[in-house]
Amino acid sequence: MKRVAYSGAAFAVGVIFGVGLIVSGMFNPAKVIGFLDLAGNWDPSLALVMVGAIAVGAVGFGVAGKRRQSLLGAPLQLPQRRQIDARLILGSLAFGVGWGLAGFCPGPALVALGVGQAKAIVFVLAMLAGMLAFEGLQRGQRAAPSDVPRGADLARRADG
Amino acid sequence: MHIDWFSFTPAATLIGGVLIGIAASLLVLVTGRIAGVSGIVGGLLRPGAGDASWRLAFIAGIIVAPLAYAAIAQLPAMRIDAGYPTLVVAGLLVGMGTRYAAGCTSGHGVCGISRLSPRSLVATLSFMLAGFVTVFLARHGAGA
Repeated sequence: MKRVAYSGAAFAVGVIFGVGLIVSGMFNPAKVIGFLDLAGNWDPSLALVMVGAIAVGAVGFGVAGKRRQSLLGAPLQLPQRRQIDARLILGSLAFGVGWGLAGFCPGPALVALGVGQAKAIVFVLAMLAGMLAFEGLQRGQRAAPSDVPRGADLARRADG
Repeated sequence: MHIDWFSFTPAATLIGGVLIGIAASLLVLVTGRIAGVSGIVGGLLRPGAGDASWRLAFIAGIIVAPLAYAAIAQLPAMRIDAGYPTLVVAGLLVGMGTRYAAGCTSGHGVCGISRLSPRSLVATLSFMLAGFVTVFLARHGAGA
C-alpha cells in the first residue's frame, strides 16, 4: 500500500513538474536557445524559471531538512557528496555543450517525448545511450585488474 | 547585448518556475527524494536497482504532462531546430555529462541551489557557461 502511495505521489509530482516545464517555456528548445544566445536577439525569460523555482524550492528544502523522514515515512535521501572535482565540472561542461546544441536538457526532452515529437524520441534514445555508456564505463572501472596495487587503484578513482 | 522583448514572457516563466519549485518541494517532503531528472532516469539503468516503480511513475508523469495540459488549454508551440545528427550528439553528451556530474538542470540547478549546495552551484555555472559558449559558436562563430 505504501509502495503504491509512494509511486502515486511520484506520478502526480511528475505531472506538476512537466506542466511547469510547459508553462515556463523550458520544453521549447527554440526558447532555450534564445536564452543561451547572449550575443544575438537575447530572450532573458528563462532566468526567471530559476528565480521562481529556487524561491519556492528553498522553502520546501528548508522544511524538509528539519525533518527526520518524509511524510510517507521514507528516509530523506539528500546528497551527501561535497567534493568539487573534475567529474563534476567536466561532466557539467559536456552536458552544457549538448544542451546548447539541441536546446534540450533531460526533463524538457521527456515532455517533448509526450508531445510526440519524432526529434524528441531520437534525442531521448541518444541520452539513454549516453547514460548506459556511463554505467558501462563505471563498471569497467570497478572491475579493475586485481594485480594493480591498491593504493594506485584508489588514487585513480579519487582522480575522477 | 540586444534584448528580444517580443519573446520575453516574464509572467509565464515565473509561474512555470514556481510550479517546478512546488514539484521539487513536494517530492522531497512526501517521498524524501530529490527531483533530479537525470538521476531518476539514470537510476533505472543501474543494474540491480530495486526501486524502479517510483522512478517510472515520476517519468510517466512528466511524459503525460502535455496531455494533461492539452486537456485544459491549447499546448504552446515548440520548435526543435537541431537536425538529427546534432540531436544524437547532443543526446549522448547530455546523457553522459549529467551522469558524470550527478545532476542536471533540475537536480543541480533547482534542487541543489535551493539547498545552497556549493557543488550544485559550480555544476550549474559550468553547464550554463558551456551552453552560452556553444550557442555563441554555433550561431556567431566562424562559418556560422
